[in-house]
Amino acid sequence: MAIEAPERTELAGREAEATPAHRSRVRLPAWLVALVGVALWWFVYSNLETAADWLTYSALGLAKQDPFASALAFFVFEVPKVLMLLVLIVFAVGIVRTFFTPERTRQILAGKRESVGNVLAAFLGIVTPFCSCSAVPLFIGFVESGVPLGVTLSFLIAAPMINEVAVVLLFGMVGPQVAGVYVGTGLLIAILCGWIMGRLKLERHVEPWVYEMEAGEALSEGERLRWADRVHAGRQAVREIVGRVWIYVVVGIAVGAGIHGYVPTGTMAAIMGRSAWWSVPVAVVLGVPMYSNAAGIVPIIQALIEKGASLGTALAFMMAVIALSLPEAVILRKVLRPRLLLTYFGVVALGIVFVGYLFNLLW
Amino acid sequence: MRIQVFGPGCAKCKQLEQNTRAAVQDLGLDVEVEKVEDVREMVKLRILSTPALAVDGQVKSTGKVLSVQEIKQYLSA
Repeated sequence: MAIEAPERTELAGREAEATPAHRSRVRLPAWLVALVGVALWWFVYSNLETAADWLTYSALGLAKQDPFASALAFFVFEVPKVLMLLVLIVFAVGIVRTFFTPERTRQILAGKRESVGNVLAAFLGIVTPFCSCSAVPLFIGFVESGVPLGVTLSFLIAAPMINEVAVVLLFGMVGPQVAGVYVGTGLLIAILCGWIMGRLKLERHVEPWVYEMEAGEALSEGERLRWADRVHAGRQAVREIVGRVWIYVVVGIAVGAGIHGYVPTGTMAAIMGRSAWWSVPVAVVLGVPMYSNAAGIVPIIQALIEKGASLGTALAFMMAVIALSLPEAVILRKVLRPRLLLTYFGVVALGIVFVGYLFNLLW
Repeated sequence: MRIQVFGPGCAKCKQLEQNTRAAVQDLGLDVEVEKVEDVREMVKLRILSTPALAVDGQVKSTGKVLSVQEIKQYLSA
């Protein structure tokens, strides 16, 4: 529902431009369409669980104790819930991102002092559109225009780790607190690890050609965007991101539903529980070479936590899988010499282990 | 006219390259679409995010997959 609204705003924008007199003919004001859309979205969203239970237990007449019924109700409830959340949030983030182009972010970060710069870079890492295949041109562009190395690394850690799909899935499937914890600790790791690597003075371990690139004026700010363009960008983000990850979400939830119905509670407690002190580093070591997108990993994390894995261990595993990966290392190797690359992976992995322990202690 | 698509070879970059070729064909232009994978070339043109499209050395768009329609506008302008 939420995506219906933009179509009209866009039309309205174009018609208004072509023939101002026709504007009165345009059906409803954009804000009203958006409001009704969100209200409808909320109505459907808040009644999903009732509908799923009704379908499973009343319409199909399955018994409450039946593990298949419990798995089915879980699946029928979670899939539309998570997909609805994804559509709404990805749309909103798509709009927000039109305000933070990489060029703009670089402008903000250039010439910032290190500590302030690290904090800013981590936050900007969340809202700046970023794809890991542009990591190299972005790294060079940042470093070359005077963004300190540590600040650039803070950005490069935060950008892939705190992505909207991971946050939405955690929010919807595990709970709002865990999603909040994930964002908070992700920022903390990005800020601290970037700052530490800045202190280590590793500039000489950047491939020399990076600094030899001729520095020049940044590209001028692109054409001014109208609201219709921003809304269009939001819709495109939904089509692109939700279109890509929905299958992982459905499969992941199906696996999660199976675990939910059949695996006895407490199975994971011995291996990934709080009492097993070695579980955090092992989770991180296992997670680093694994590469999965957020959509595939969160349903598994949810199932692990439900069956007794401790929160810190599960989060550490998830962060290691999402934030550090071999393909990323290969990409970054073009600009970072082996020693800096190893330091980067080492420091971030240690940061993740630290956060894992911290949460096992506090929770 | 010189048309360049910049990108290290991820899925998005390939999509932009395809769309650009489709746009060139639709407009009946007789130019080769260049695919540039060298990062140094991207840095020279101040490209921060890929995929990017440049026409006659002028960067038209960065960080997104343009539709065939959008590319046509850049090419015929």
